Amino acid sequence: MSDPTPRDPSVNVTIRGLRKSFGGEPVLKGIDLDIRRGEIFVIMGPSGSGKSVLLKHIIGLETPDAGEILIEGESIQSPGVMDKYRMAMVFQSGALLNSLTVGENVGLYLTEHRLKPRAEIARIVADKLELVGLKGREDMYPSELSGGMKKRAAIARSLVIEPQLILYDEPTSELDPLMAVTIGEEILSLNRRIHVTSIVVSHDRELAFGIADRIALINEGTIILVGTPDELRASAEPIVQKFLTADHKLKPKQP
Amino acid sequence: MFRDIGQLVLLAWQTFLALPQVWRQRRKVFEQLFEMGNASLFVACIVSLFIGGVITLQTGPTLVERGLASAVGGLVGLSICRELGPVMMAILIAGRIGSAIAAEIGSMAVYQEIDALRTMNISIVRYLVLPRVVAISIALPALVVFAIMVGWLGGAIAANYNTQIAISYQSFFTNLRQVVEVGDVVKGIIKAFVFAVVIGIVTCHQGLKTIGGPRGIGRSVTKAVVNSIVLILILDYFVTRILMEFKS
Ligand SMILES: Nc1ncnc2c1ncn2[C@@H]1O[C@H](COP(=O)(O)OP(=O)(O)O)[C@@H](O)[C@H]1O
Ligand SMILES: [Mg+2]
Repeated sequence: MSDPTPRDPSVNVTIRGLRKSFGGEPVLKGIDLDIRRGEIFVIMGPSGSGKSVLLKHIIGLETPDAGEILIEGESIQSPGVMDKYRMAMVFQSGALLNSLTVGENVGLYLTEHRLKPRAEIARIVADKLELVGLKGREDMYPSELSGGMKKRAAIARSLVIEPQLILYDEPTSELDPLMAVTIGEEILSLNRRIHVTSIVVSHDRELAFGIADRIALINEGTIILVGTPDELRASAEPIVQKFLTADHKLKPKQP
Repeated sequence: MFRDIGQLVLLAWQTFLALPQVWRQRRKVFEQLFEMGNASLFVACIVSLFIGGVITLQTGPTLVERGLASAVGGLVGLSICRELGPVMMAILIAGRIGSAIAAEIGSMAVYQEIDALRTMNISIVRYLVLPRVVAISIALPALVVFAIMVGWLGGAIAANYNTQIAISYQSFFTNLRQVVEVGDVVKGIIKAFVFAVVIGIVTCHQGLKTIGGPRGIGRSVTKAVVNSIVLILILDYFVTRILMEFKS
């Protein structure tokens, strides 16, 4: 990469006994996970199984009722830990600020924290936008972008942070199959190039098996199984097989 | 609403602590100011003109009947600058600007823009609340000064044209000048400032805690406006009481 500054190493994430309820309704029922440095870890599960809530806990947007989340062995609840490691989250809808241009959105972290001079920020923004295939779109507004472009702009915004940990919430939902493949490739190539620990939440089987180093299956707030894609395919658990092979079988089979 | 008072005070305090950083956010303050001026100057003008007129209409005939024609200008002048100007403008701004603030921040909350800012370690208070509260705290007092003048003018016009009152512009304003002091206008401005902070903090706070999609945004807007108006009218009494201690 052109960037001469040495990168901080990617981080590992440990989740221990994580529980969370909303209004008495348990959503996460004791999650334990170990996510290794630099891997792509995909969390798969049906809608409403608590995937987004889990991600929000990892980046500190929600506080657990019980249990803890450790980054490099340090609880994210203890003071200073969240500032020590750089993390980014790509939200399901992109969550770009609608009042700012794409360029301002992507450079927001640097401008708000005054980390670089203006010209340098412009250069970095152009760089990251090119990386996600949005070269020269700085002056467009999020409302002028398609769903896929928004997601890619959101990825660019995360890359500016030079994260050691990046979280993706449903990166391919609402996208056409071609765009889904492009985003998947993006996640994979970023991970391989800058070795950022990547946690991807999705119910997209193709994506999961395409990019994951390891996959966790979550259902109704509990982790059912963790393993490599091959281990998952080989699993004899009926619920795993059911989830992996569910298919559109609406037409009656031809005799 | 009263359950949130603690949170409101906390947000006000955090905003106050962030004040030294307002210079960095000056562009956003100017943007907000411009929008507020644009959105409310004309309405404010119309409203003030008619309030001045109606208060004269309500009090003028009675006073004239009792031979107190010379008191009309002073009475109308005082009530507009101490009470009606600040309160009416605050209510107008709560509806016009407060609703916009609650809607904008509310939609940012619903569409996870706030969450995104948090994950980037960007202070919500500094980035969103501070510029709005500062802008409204400048805009509302300025608007109130303007509204007071226009209100006086409205009063004078009504006094002049209504046959039951029939006081010339000259004597209306002579009396007004004898009674109303600079200190009274200052008190009106102080009230406006307090109301501005209330509107800014209440509507930002309500916006930030918006949940539940587009409907949630609608609910938040209504709540933000109603709560700030209620709070303004309650605080009005106490601020008036406190300001009474300072003889002008
Ligand atoms: N802030 C919240 N307040 C109340 N309930 C919530 C909140 N966030 C999520 N939930 C509930 O938690 C459950 C899991 O949500 P989520 O993690 O978004 O599912 P998904 O796996 O589809 O991402 C859902 O039933 C949802 O209604
Ligand atoms: Mg989700």
